[in-house]
Amino acid sequence: MGGLAYGTYGAGSALTVIGLYMLFQGEGEAFNVGAFIESISPYAWASTGIGLCIGQSVVGAAWGIFITGTSILGGGVKAPRIRTKNLLSIVFCEVVAIYGVITSIILSSKVANINGDALHSGNNYFTGFAIFWSGVLVGMCNLVCGVSVGINGSSAALADAADPSLFVKILIIEIFSSVLGLFGLIIGLLLSGQAGDFEAIS
Amino acid sequence: MEGMFYNITGGYVEGIVRGYRNTLLTGQNYGNLTQCETIDDIKLQLGPAYGDFLASLPPNPSTSSLADKTLDKLVAEFRYVQANATGSLSKFMDYLTYAYMIDNVALLITGTLHERDTRELLERCHPLGWFETMPVLCVATNIEELYNSVLIETPLAPYFKGSLSHQDLDELNIEIIRNTLYKNYLEDFHRFVNEEPGIKGTPTQEVMSEALEFEADRRSINITLNSFGTELSKQDRRKLYPNFGRLHPEGTLMLSRAEDAEGVRIAVDGVSDYRDMMDQTGMSGGGGGGGLGNQSGGVGGDTEGKSLEDLFYEREMQIAKMSFTFQFTHAIVYAWVKLREQEIRNITWIAECIAQNQKDRIGNYISVF
Repeated sequence: MGGLAYGTYGAGSALTVIGLYMLFQGEGEAFNVGAFIESISPYAWASTGIGLCIGQSVVGAAWGIFITGTSILGGGVKAPRIRTKNLLSIVFCEVVAIYGVITSIILSSKVANINGDALHSGNNYFTGFAIFWSGVLVGMCNLVCGVSVGINGSSAALADAADPSLFVKILIIEIFSSVLGLFGLIIGLLLSGQAGDFEAIS
Repeated sequence: MEGMFYNITGGYVEGIVRGYRNTLLTGQNYGNLTQCETIDDIKLQLGPAYGDFLASLPPNPSTSSLADKTLDKLVAEFRYVQANATGSLSKFMDYLTYAYMIDNVALLITGTLHERDTRELLERCHPLGWFETMPVLCVATNIEELYNSVLIETPLAPYFKGSLSHQDLDELNIEIIRNTLYKNYLEDFHRFVNEEPGIKGTPTQEVMSEALEFEADRRSINITLNSFGTELSKQDRRKLYPNFGRLHPEGTLMLSRAEDAEGVRIAVDGVSDYRDMMDQTGMSGGGGGGGLGNQSGGVGGDTEGKSLEDLFYEREMQIAKMSFTFQFTHAIVYAWVKLREQEIRNITWIAECIAQNQKDRIGNYISVF
């Protein structure tokens, strides 16, 4: 841990010194963030966005399922009746991955092959950025939502095993956490809905 | 954060242990048990909870064989959970068994000192404190051999090392040895739950610290109360107090100076829980009280309410019960073992009362749920 921290401090201070040196030598424009972002192809933005969207959603769903699954497994040993009812929690986690799939399909339908310089138009940049950020947005929402549903589902399974009347009450809370992912899906769709497909004409 | 990662290693075991907890006897079950006329009736009433374990008992069994069978169930379940435990939970469960090992080793030491046949002693050892190399201890014929094999063969070696020598085993009272070991064990366990990387900063640390602090205080108070009228000097007594807990350090210092029950009451004055307990037992009045708990087999307190020992048990059960309000923690394993032990004590108490026709004291069990 110590070695890592020293390395980070060293690299940080070296970068600061170089940055200040270039700034005072009149070469500060070499750090041109805008130009850097523009130099990246809109395809790269779009594909990264789609990848992050489905990837993070699946991580969230899988995380939720293993948290819930182990508890159902353990709780089900002494109270086998919980096993069918609590599949609902697993379904809630799975739904989170489905949100990611839906968004990814919609986002990927906007990607089309464009030849030559026509790609670097304003519209296409907008589409690239919109797809990237809706992907990140939906992915993060679903990741957190999946974990949240998973922990709720785990508690629901154990509570159900102890007292069957608690199941419905905790299920309601679980539905609320499941809805969090839906928020991400809606906003992601709205955001990418503003952008058209990749087109050749400018 | 523990919710995100705990289930990777502990989710299954937690589910199982919670399942075990749900099958503990409730107040209603105890109500039915107290209505029983014979041990056979009790066996029948315990049928749903204990099932196969009681099946092999002969008709009208003795209370001790009934207690053994109920203990067998706890041991079987504990072994199953232990087999499924991984990582820090597995270590945690090892720590739980050390307490019983200390009792077993103390038993073997006494046996060797009095030159009993140690093989007979093995049968009387607590099964949870069984360790593979325990039969090796029986080979020892004199105390020095025993001491060396204890150091080499048992997981308890760190508790012996540095605080007890082999002369001590010969000279000191066995209770002092046991309490020294237990003190070292409690301190080590407390260090473990507070410093182990997988446990630090989780609810396990929170719940277990409370439970262990209570255990430490209970031992300190009990040691003090039991030392009155014996030749245990105040210096020696002070060495037996664990170095943590809610009474530490002022309370334990005052305990070490206490001359009588009144002194103990003043020492625990700073902690309202213990003060209330002392007030309830009527110890502050001086003289009388402070008999052994009903369930520890002594005479006491059935007319003037509960004994201190009973109140301690009640408080312990309270802590164990509240542990189950936490999820994603190892502490529920500890709590479950404690609750089951109390259940076994309760069943034994009720069975004993029925066997000896002491129906008027049958209500002195501690029902948790």
